[in-house]
Amino acid sequence: MTGKIRGAVLALAGVTLATAASLATPGFAQDRPGPGGATVEVSTEGQEVYEQICQACHMADAKGGGEPGAMIPALAGNANLADKDYPIIVVMKGRGGMPWFNGVLTKEQIAAVITYVRGHFNDYHDPVSVADIDRIVAANPPVPECNTCGH
Amino acid sequence: MIDQFTPPTRRQLLTMIGKAGGAAALYQAMTVMGHAKDSQFTGPPQLSGAKPGATVLVLGAGLAGMLAAYELTKAGYKVQILEFQGRAGGRNYTVRGGDTIAEIGSKQNVTFAPGNYLNPGPWRIPYHHRTVLHYCKELGVQLEPFLQINHNALIHSKKAFGGAPQPYRELMVDWKGHVSELLAKSLDAGALDTAVTAEDKAKLMEAMRGWGVLDKDMRYTKSDHVGEQRGWERPPGGGINGAPIPNDPSSLTETLNSGVWQTLGFYAEHVMQTTMFQPKGGMDHIGKGFAAKVGKLIRYNTRVTKIAQDDRGVTAAWTDTKTGATGETHADWMVCTIPAPVLNQIDFQVSAEKKAAIRALPYGNSVKIGLEMKRRFWETDHAIYGGISFTDQAISLVSYPSAGCFTDGPAVLLGAYPFGPGAYMLAGMTPEKRIQTALEQGSVFHPKEYKAEFLSGATVAWNRMPWILGCCATWTEESRAAHYQNLVSMEGRIVLAGEHCSYYGCWQEGALLSSLDAITRLHQRASAA
Repeated sequence: MTGKIRGAVLALAGVTLATAASLATPGFAQDRPGPGGATVEVSTEGQEVYEQICQACHMADAKGGGEPGAMIPALAGNANLADKDYPIIVVMKGRGGMPWFNGVLTKEQIAAVITYVRGHFNDYHDPVSVADIDRIVAANPPVPECNTCGH
Repeated sequence: MIDQFTPPTRRQLLTMIGKAGGAAALYQAMTVMGHAKDSQFTGPPQLSGAKPGATVLVLGAGLAGMLAAYELTKAGYKVQILEFQGRAGGRNYTVRGGDTIAEIGSKQNVTFAPGNYLNPGPWRIPYHHRTVLHYCKELGVQLEPFLQINHNALIHSKKAFGGAPQPYRELMVDWKGHVSELLAKSLDAGALDTAVTAEDKAKLMEAMRGWGVLDKDMRYTKSDHVGEQRGWERPPGGGINGAPIPNDPSSLTETLNSGVWQTLGFYAEHVMQTTMFQPKGGMDHIGKGFAAKVGKLIRYNTRVTKIAQDDRGVTAAWTDTKTGATGETHADWMVCTIPAPVLNQIDFQVSAEKKAAIRALPYGNSVKIGLEMKRRFWETDHAIYGGISFTDQAISLVSYPSAGCFTDGPAVLLGAYPFGPGAYMLAGMTPEKRIQTALEQGSVFHPKEYKAEFLSGATVAWNRMPWILGCCATWTEESRAAHYQNLVSMEGRIVLAGEHCSYYGCWQEGALLSSLDAITRLHQRASAA
């Protein structure tokens, strides 16, 4: 199962939780590749979304990395993920150096990958659904203020 | 005094205006006179008269930090720079044979032949990035043309031409041919009679016929005239078979599917227009040029752990990443160029508003992959000299080297430069897998040669560079409105600088303009204090 990015952008056109700018088309006047990469397809399966997107930063073992003061947070064994709203907010809105993925991934992809990360790299097995994401979109909570979440 | 009756030269006039009204007036005057419209750069800052003994601490030895140190030193300040890495330049970075690339989670040894290189960060300088060009001249950095547009490079879309790449030239000519035919049809049918005057309609028909290379019936069809733009089945020659034979234009549907309009739009952007430049031998010659001026002020391998300020000055606490030693550096003022993804993890004594601005600034990701090939087969076998071939795959593009055309021996292609999902996909792979993937995907352009001629690769995933954790700042209209002014405001004795503090995000021009603005304000405040 695959979902095209362009379709994803259209599918999320009604979502207003975060800003609509897509990271696939970076901002004003910046250097960028141009029109290439337009049809890169991201899986809808949780583990594959993790491998295709998240592990770029959080690494294949979800343990993050870096040095103190310049860390990529670990997702494995991360107590912040006990509350499933927390990763939904962060993925939808971004936090710190992490960009938002609203408009980049579909709600289905976001639900699937959070379910995978919480269940596979942690011990939280209640699934995250598209309804959960809709609930967060409707509530529009602020990004959690914890400067070292997951470090 | 006859001189009084001689009109001043343009330079004299601008100097007078600059003296009378300052930089803003000068810029306005230059704009009126047809200069400088495309950059806010009005020349190096005229800072002088720093208070005796006044000190500035600069955090970060990228271009913004080193420019600040360079100009502030000229103004009379005593400057120190703390740098996290063991090298100066920041994202102004070039890798060559013998270098190592240390990402979080992997290490590569680059084995390119002498003279070959990859610019993992900035790689091209538009003609209107006057700040970068000014300092290249001042620092003695030699520039050469960067070959931006190549009509003989290729465009690949999985959805067009059965996945077979097409020359940009052919698609571009077919695009305007089909669009011209359709507009001409609409005009001819009277569909636009309420929108255009009869006179304009006649001009438009004339324009479409010429621009679109339409035939006598206003159709875009195979002809010698079309061949003169899109190329030939048999090109013109001499003797008995000298007559050229045109080839068949592509259909409207295939032309649309190719997405060539996106390429046309991309090249039409101001920052993508020609003339484009690059430093000879690698982008890092700019950083080296600055380092030649201010390198002695830099303390390397120094990780800042805490930034504080009070009425009397600023303090940065740090750890030496080689020895583990800790220390503090004090100064009167500070220019902080630490990238936001790192700065937001440092104990930083600024207002809640500025902290919120730093936290609200995610960095986009990008990956570059350099592929060293045994020979320039793109030149010898395909007549492609520089420029870019685009693909809708994750690698996004292949770019051919601008320098060294017609030389023998190994040369380095840019085998991938994606942002967005393609960049995450490649970044999540090991460097070896990334290079393998770039070879697989790039083979679509040059299937016979691409893998056979491959020697070695080198890659940088910016999100895994431990000193920045991303490529460059991603602003939106909303985050600009909420946070930009709070980010760039001088607070107490501290001012931030870097591409993230500019409207020229992801460009060196933004880093330099931001730095000039920051040190100008710092100097004003220091002079008033």
